[in-house]
Amino acid sequence: MANENVILEIGLEEVPAKYIPSSIRQLEEKSRQLLDENRISYHDVKAYGTPRRLVVNIMGVAQRQKSLTEEVKGPSAKIAFDEQGKPTKAALGFAKSQKVKVEDLEIRELEGVKYVFAVKQSLGKQAKEVLEDVLPQLIMLMSFPKSMRWADKNIRYVRPIRWILALYGGEVIPFEIEGISSGRVTRGHRFLGSQNITVNHADEYFDVLLREYVMVKQDERKQRIMEQSKKIAQEFGGVLIEDDQLLEEIVHLVEYPTALAGSFDDKYLDLPKEVVVTPMKEHQRYFPLEDSQGKLLPRFIAIRNGNDAYIDIVRSGNEKVLAARLADARFFYEEDQKNTLDENVEKLKHIVFQQNLGTIYDKVERLKNIATFISHEIGLDGDQTDNLLRATHLCKADLVTNMVNEFDELQGIMGREYASLQGETKEVALAIYEHYLPRFSGDELPSSQIGAVLSIADKIDTICGCFSIGIQPTGSQDPYALRRQAMAIVNIIISKDMHISLKKLIEYSLGLYNCNDIDVKKDILDFFESRIKYIIMAKGYRNDIIEAVMDLKLHDVAETMLRIEQLAEWLAEEDDDYIEQLIMAYNRVNNLAQRAGDDIAVNREMLKTPGEIGLWDVYIKYRDDIINHVKLKNFAHALKLLGDFIIPINEFFDGVMVMVDDDKIRNNRLALIKNVAMLLNSVANLGKIVP
Amino acid sequence: MYFQDMIIELQKFWSRHNCVLAQPYDVEKGAGTMNPLTFLRALGPEPWNVAYVEPSRRPKDGRYGDNPNRLFQHHQFQVVMKPSPDNIQEMYLDSLTALNIEPQKHDIRFVEDNWESPTLGAWGLGWEVWLDGMEITQFTYFQQVGSLDCRPVSVEITYGLERIAMYLQQKDNVYDIEWTEGVRYGDIFHRAEVEHSVYNFEQADSKMLFKLFDMYEAEAKRIINCGLVLPAYDNVLKCSHVFNLLDSRGSISVTQRTEYIGKVRNLSRLCAQAYVQQRKEMGYPLLKGGVDSGK
Repeated sequence: MANENVILEIGLEEVPAKYIPSSIRQLEEKSRQLLDENRISYHDVKAYGTPRRLVVNIMGVAQRQKSLTEEVKGPSAKIAFDEQGKPTKAALGFAKSQKVKVEDLEIRELEGVKYVFAVKQSLGKQAKEVLEDVLPQLIMLMSFPKSMRWADKNIRYVRPIRWILALYGGEVIPFEIEGISSGRVTRGHRFLGSQNITVNHADEYFDVLLREYVMVKQDERKQRIMEQSKKIAQEFGGVLIEDDQLLEEIVHLVEYPTALAGSFDDKYLDLPKEVVVTPMKEHQRYFPLEDSQGKLLPRFIAIRNGNDAYIDIVRSGNEKVLAARLADARFFYEEDQKNTLDENVEKLKHIVFQQNLGTIYDKVERLKNIATFISHEIGLDGDQTDNLLRATHLCKADLVTNMVNEFDELQGIMGREYASLQGETKEVALAIYEHYLPRFSGDELPSSQIGAVLSIADKIDTICGCFSIGIQPTGSQDPYALRRQAMAIVNIIISKDMHISLKKLIEYSLGLYNCNDIDVKKDILDFFESRIKYIIMAKGYRNDIIEAVMDLKLHDVAETMLRIEQLAEWLAEEDDDYIEQLIMAYNRVNNLAQRAGDDIAVNREMLKTPGEIGLWDVYIKYRDDIINHVKLKNFAHALKLLGDFIIPINEFFDGVMVMVDDDKIRNNRLALIKNVAMLLNSVANLGKIVP
Repeated sequence: MYFQDMIIELQKFWSRHNCVLAQPYDVEKGAGTMNPLTFLRALGPEPWNVAYVEPSRRPKDGRYGDNPNRLFQHHQFQVVMKPSPDNIQEMYLDSLTALNIEPQKHDIRFVEDNWESPTLGAWGLGWEVWLDGMEITQFTYFQQVGSLDCRPVSVEITYGLERIAMYLQQKDNVYDIEWTEGVRYGDIFHRAEVEHSVYNFEQADSKMLFKLFDMYEAEAKRIINCGLVLPAYDNVLKCSHVFNLLDSRGSISVTQRTEYIGKVRNLSRLCAQAYVQQRKEMGYPLLKGGVDSGK
């Protein structure tokens, strides 16, 4: 008999769309794992999902399980056989327990001792028989973010299981889960298909269901949705506003998608785009359309779960619902404008930021301080600072508006709109929007300087506040998304090349919570350090280069980044041998420098030997230049000067005896070495570089 | 189809499916779930099937009769079945046919929506049912009620009658719904919407309401200890409604809110526990075909 295809279909009441992609992944992974564990060979595994079914197709399943040779160690040969070589009771007992004949026991040597072994060849079982155990295991191994009980069953699942189809070629793989027996019967589309369909053979499964208006394969549904939607968009001379997340959700809300176009009153086009688009996408799962200039069209595309029969009824229903939603949105938008944002700020006194960290109003007050602090540090001018403080005052005012209450993803966006409407400057309105950026990994960063400052202030305040009351991310737990916020701060600082000390910023921000616990401060710094490393590594820099600069603990992310860039460039340009020599020389200096005392003033008069005078001269020659280059952030220039230290260093070590008995001479030489080491480390800790 | 005919059709339909046809409960409440025929009966091992209309009061949703979609009081048609039948979704879809909604002519979907009531200590998983993009029903498998696990699990189906009526009668304004020949929804309820909105938002005496809350709470606690589960539960419902009034009056601060919700949840749990205990002591009459008539 040839290899066969296997289909397992778990028939369910509607599974939440957002759980389906991960269920599909799990089905594939867990199938492979179980098949391997059970020695079933197969050609490939593919999984699929619709709202009503999770499906695995295991292709080319071998007819039999691979056979297994099992060797079990028994007693030592000495005990197993008597002097005549006859089996003892021990051997007989062992053979019996292993279900082999005593004459079939084999003798093997293990570390010089002979033992008896039972060698058991078990012939693989029929694949179908093994699958009877494997498939129910697979079903119950699935995990879901939320699962439920139903009726009086003793299991939990994502939604009630209503049927199970399990076919090995043309045969049913029989098993039962909580009174639900597997079989060859499936159900078609809820309204267009039959609810009792017999599938004769696994190979027919997909075709049979397609005839019953179920497109089992998600990629095919996706393709059909995109094709039809784009066609409709074209007919209206518009473009689909694409949204992968929305598309993915819609794909898993339907078994047989048909796109339909609807329209809405163009009076709603006066509203800000987001105000119209958000209810369309969030509430109704429609695709909005825009013209080639990016202006919204009074149209939408809805994806129906079914074919195009009676589609006019469906269209007019959907249009009516959207009309009511948009009327609501307009009502909220107009209602919101009856209060100024300044009036809203007062209401923030009633919104809790975090149970132990006060209200949002308190947060805004802290943000004003942090924003002022950063403004000083990076030297914003008077106008910018005025705009910054105004934006800070208003940045959370939209949290008490109807629009944001209804759609929380509009926070910041409504703030920007209402700020413009009440005559705030463009800069203020933009900063209000941008202070939430980036909202997710890969999102845009603030474009304006004050948006960037306010974004940093908001995030550092949350991080310091949470750490100060012991809320820090652990493992997969990070309810306040502190990791994302720390990454955001680092990314903003790098993108804006903003020179600010993180350490001072953290100290300042903790101070506003009256927290001066040094452990908390250290935890936050460490927390940031690993984010900084991660971000810079992701940019493709070598680990040793990153370590070399971060070892200086500059706490200035932008400068750290700059040094890493220039150090990497310098290392790439220079000859490898030369770098190796420099680092060897540096290591000699650095090892000895550890012995220097606290007083590292060098007395020139006491330097006598040519080796030490030579090193001193080169030190004096370059000291001020190197320090100046570093001050001006011309790190590459500074690095280029280091090469001239190689020969003097080596001559020093070859010609000068440092550890002499005379304290004064010894300490003076150590002081020289220490000074040289510090100078060589001006840009980065060269000792960390792996040549 | 008139509004009252919808109720009649749904009652006939669910009566055919072995539901007890009950009447609304006479204490104010925010949802049909709070009716003891759902809240308490969903607990414990006894089978239970019931259907009833529940006028549900939500003081905060009042709009002085001005809004075409929002009401202070709306009508739910509530169905509870325990244990949840295997073909409950099909039964539900059939019931839509009884309202002249033919599924083949529409786009009907079950879209994930998980229900939770913090005051009742209750939650469940399920869907909102969409009819051509409009939510018409809440469909929930109860997992916990009164902070107790539901075993077996009940399914709760809640039809939003006004929504469905507006759809069936092609009305854009809820007050235009025809209740029956010659009588509109507005003729019956508009004045009530106006007056209750004024009362809830402007006139309700907060001082008195705070006092009432404390009194109802104390009374519930006192009589739960006397084994009077149902009267205790009535007092919990009173607490819940008074809390809703205070909330719509804007008299409850953020921290108080959590505290008051906690108080009601605590009372709900006490009632749920006492009810389960009481049914156990009674020997779960519905498992054996009814209460002994005491002969």
